[in-house]
Amino acid sequence: MSAPLPLATDHPGQVAPAAPPAPGRSRRLSDRGLAAAFISPALLLLLAMSVFPLLWALYLSFTDYSATRGGPAHFVGFGNYTAILASAQVHQRALTTLIYVVGAVGLQTVLGFTIAYLISRRTHGRGLLTTLFLVPMMLSPVVVGLFWRFMLDAQFGVINSMLGSLGLGQVEWLTRQRTALISLIVVDTWQWTPFIMLIALAGLTAVPKYLYEAASIDRASEWFRFRTITLPLVWPLLLIAVLFRAIEAFRLFDLVYILTNGGPGVSTETLSFHVYKVAFLGFNTGTASAYGILMVLVVIVLTQLYLRYLNKLKED
Amino acid sequence: MAVSVDEAVSAGPVRDHTPPARRRGGRGRSVLEVALLAVLAVVMLFPVLWMIQTSIKENRDVYAIPAKFFDFQVTMDHFKDVFVASGGGRSALSVSFLNSVVVAGASTVLATVLGVPAAWAYSRFAVKAKKDQLFFILSTRFMPPVVVVIPIFLMYRQVGLIDTKLGLILIYAAYNLPFTIWMMKGFVDEVPAEYEDAAMLDGYTRLQAFRRFTLPLLVPGIAATAVFALIFSWNEFVFAIFLTSSDDVRTAPPAIAGLIGGTTVDWGLVAAASVVFALPVLVFAYLVRKHLVAGVTLGAVRR
Repeated sequence: MSAPLPLATDHPGQVAPAAPPAPGRSRRLSDRGLAAAFISPALLLLLAMSVFPLLWALYLSFTDYSATRGGPAHFVGFGNYTAILASAQVHQRALTTLIYVVGAVGLQTVLGFTIAYLISRRTHGRGLLTTLFLVPMMLSPVVVGLFWRFMLDAQFGVINSMLGSLGLGQVEWLTRQRTALISLIVVDTWQWTPFIMLIALAGLTAVPKYLYEAASIDRASEWFRFRTITLPLVWPLLLIAVLFRAIEAFRLFDLVYILTNGGPGVSTETLSFHVYKVAFLGFNTGTASAYGILMVLVVIVLTQLYLRYLNKLKED
Repeated sequence: MAVSVDEAVSAGPVRDHTPPARRRGGRGRSVLEVALLAVLAVVMLFPVLWMIQTSIKENRDVYAIPAKFFDFQVTMDHFKDVFVASGGGRSALSVSFLNSVVVAGASTVLATVLGVPAAWAYSRFAVKAKKDQLFFILSTRFMPPVVVVIPIFLMYRQVGLIDTKLGLILIYAAYNLPFTIWMMKGFVDEVPAEYEDAAMLDGYTRLQAFRRFTLPLLVPGIAATAVFALIFSWNEFVFAIFLTSSDDVRTAPPAIAGLIGGTTVDWGLVAAASVVFALPVLVFAYLVRKHLVAGVTLGAVRR
């Protein structure tokens, strides 16, 4: 690049006098200026809409401010934080969230990878199959939540109707403590299995064919091939997908809101849902902010993990 | 890999007698695999088909026990109810659909206008701590909406953006911006920087080189990115339900969710509204199917 440059810079001078004023001084300046001019509006919007609100929440988390009561906010130090960390209610929500995240993401990973593996072994109709399997993922959580609520209805829901015709008993899916959480996991699994499937499929189709051919020449067993070729090569990408889903599942709010509204009792209240209740039904803005900041910390840790793996994947 | 091949070789002779048996087993397994795949496909698609079916069923068939799968009365009344109010004129739902179009459209335009130049600058220039900046940008997208919405709510109340379309447009643009930058950076990286260098040697400024030579090559990428941003804004629910309340501002997701508020729920109407709401998303998703992996991972994973 460096050699032809001096030759070429005098080129426009001779041939294209109509070209805009000499680059020389202004070019280097404009490169930096251009970068700043192009990047700063985007960063400003993010600062205003993401960073500033979080800083405000951070400030509020040290006060007893309430959005409805109004009035000045009193500084309470770490009071909100200690109250939340010591609260048995919060512990219970954390457990519910943990069960939900592990259950849903685990199921999705197993199912999604299985489907991807089965599709990758087909030679015909791959495109069509993939497209069909992807439909649930593209739907809004509102649509998904509403529709499953209808299907899981104890009286006229189609799921119970099918169970009935199979001679099985009726299940009160959304109105019993244990089944409600299971229903939530099932619905989330239904919606997001395609996500894992899509990423796993991308990984599976990227495995070089010659590895399998070499292995089959050596008469390696199917399981051996899967264990030593497929899994190691797909694993890094799969891990990215799993972490991504874990973050999303941890933040989950809309599906709970639509499907069970946290009930029955508090059996399906996730941390997100609890924050909402504290903030918008209890109007303890200060406490809710501290609660939210703690959630953000967890998300930041998970995101760092995710970005680190992503970085590793990109460098390979 | 050398190790695994060695192991494979040593495993070979032991199974010398198996090949014919395995081939027969292979066909049986193949049938089994197709069957399993078919079952899974039915399970995954059944709720969608059931939703479409419910949307065209007569009300008494919607609530039939046991459920009617085939012999039901077909009606388009539910779809009419989605758009036309019972007393004639526009229904609240159709207004919310229109709001959704405006909010999703405007926020996508804003995110694209801000995001594409930023992505180009990140791709082309040596920006200080570039990697950190990019990772910071992506991490803002992972903040729990329920947490962000609390200060946003207070902020909007201060400046009078509560219950306005502009408020929603701004937050959705900020929500889609990280995605737009990451996704577009991938597309810009694919366009050789030499094009711009060559143009600049011909006397164009950097900006002109970008506008005349790189930008036209980015159009398909911009379109795909915008479609994803459109889908994300269209489907978004949490900000919409907390930041808007009146019928003439509310977008479709909270409006549809509002249908189940009463004591009796018109599930046929819910199904029809859901179908109308989901149809454009499915069409758009089909258009960008080549970029789905990058799209759903927010531009982080590319193949």
